[in-house]
Amino acid sequence: MSVLLFTLIVLIGAFLAGFLGSLTGLGGGVIIIPLLTLGLGVDIHYAIGASIISVIATSTGSAAAYVKEGLTNMRIGMFLEIATTVGAILGAIIAVYLNAAYVAVIFGCILIFSSIMTLKKKVDHTTLDYTSKGAKFFKLNGSYPLNGMVKPYAVKNVAGGFFMMLFAGTLSGLLGIGSGALKVIAMDNIMRLPFKVSTTTSNFMMGVTAAASAVVYLHRGQIDPGIAMPVCIGVLIGASVGAKVLVNAKTDKLKMIFAVVVSILAIQMIYKGLSGGF
Amino acid sequence: MAETKNITDKDIQSLVGNLLRTGVYISMGIVVFGGMIYLYEHGTEKIDYAEFSFNKVSLKTVEAIFANVLTFKGAAVVQFGLLMLIFTPIARVLMAIVSFFLEKDYLYVVIGLIVLAIIMASLSGGFAH
Repeated sequence: MSVLLFTLIVLIGAFLAGFLGSLTGLGGGVIIIPLLTLGLGVDIHYAIGASIISVIATSTGSAAAYVKEGLTNMRIGMFLEIATTVGAILGAIIAVYLNAAYVAVIFGCILIFSSIMTLKKKVDHTTLDYTSKGAKFFKLNGSYPLNGMVKPYAVKNVAGGFFMMLFAGTLSGLLGIGSGALKVIAMDNIMRLPFKVSTTTSNFMMGVTAAASAVVYLHRGQIDPGIAMPVCIGVLIGASVGAKVLVNAKTDKLKMIFAVVVSILAIQMIYKGLSGGF
Repeated sequence: MAETKNITDKDIQSLVGNLLRTGVYISMGIVVFGGMIYLYEHGTEKIDYAEFSFNKVSLKTVEAIFANVLTFKGAAVVQFGLLMLIFTPIARVLMAIVSFFLEKDYLYVVIGLIVLAIIMASLSGGFAH
């Protein structure tokens, strides 16, 4: 295949990945990696390097808007970034020593888990119980704008959230994805943040987390300009268009279809990993 | 309490938001520009991505990328744009540290410095081998 044709195919694929990833909340990385590896026969190391770059581009782009709206809790973000960046570097180092087949299998499992998470109905765990000492010490309790009012929230179980973030960061670094699903679990279920705050704060942290592991991948020679270029351009444009469409779209059915497609991809990744295809 | 401080969280939010957006626009502009040169140079060549090798990508360090960007070779310009993209969230951390300092929230100055130190340690290349 010529470089020109490859670039065009990847551009279109990355656009779709970014578009669907932003509509469903799954993120572009989880789709672009199977596309590159299963669809175009690209070595998974290059796919992960390109994907992590696209994670930086999309999360930074959307974080800009959320931060200005005052939805993001920057203190929680900064505090948890200690965990996610350490995890991200750890994950990127583990990836060097781990057989590509294992990486593919873990990727498939996380993919299935993430798609189930997008289908699950969200339960609001927010509380106004200001008893957490950690939250008080680190000044994590906050408030956010909701329907024209300022709504306060209390943060719980800071240590639990911190360790979950360490894990999320490790997977992000290992697999080259944003691992938003795990970050949201840590913040929604464990730390009891409101959805709007947890999703936007998770987005805010993703850029720094991905940058930390991208640096390791860069030094490892996994960020190839010929692949990373069309991937990040395509995913970013796709995600921006997706965010615009999202405002008017009914996403329930789409999420369902998408979860099925993604699960099929995931099973293929796992199968190919187990059968020695990587 | 916000009115007793010169710099408020709201100011920081607006500043950080602008920085992030500008960083993405500039770096993606560089990537697109480099991508066009890259396709002009290599468009007709065959791709070779089936097997990973450490030596296929030549520009792997910050120093090497900065040293080569002015050759205006496609790959060098794309890598430079990608590096700028990587720097954008890092610059955001730096800016947040300065803002928290002006806001006299020293706990978060320290937390920001820890995050920065972790990334800087990684940037120096110490973890890649």
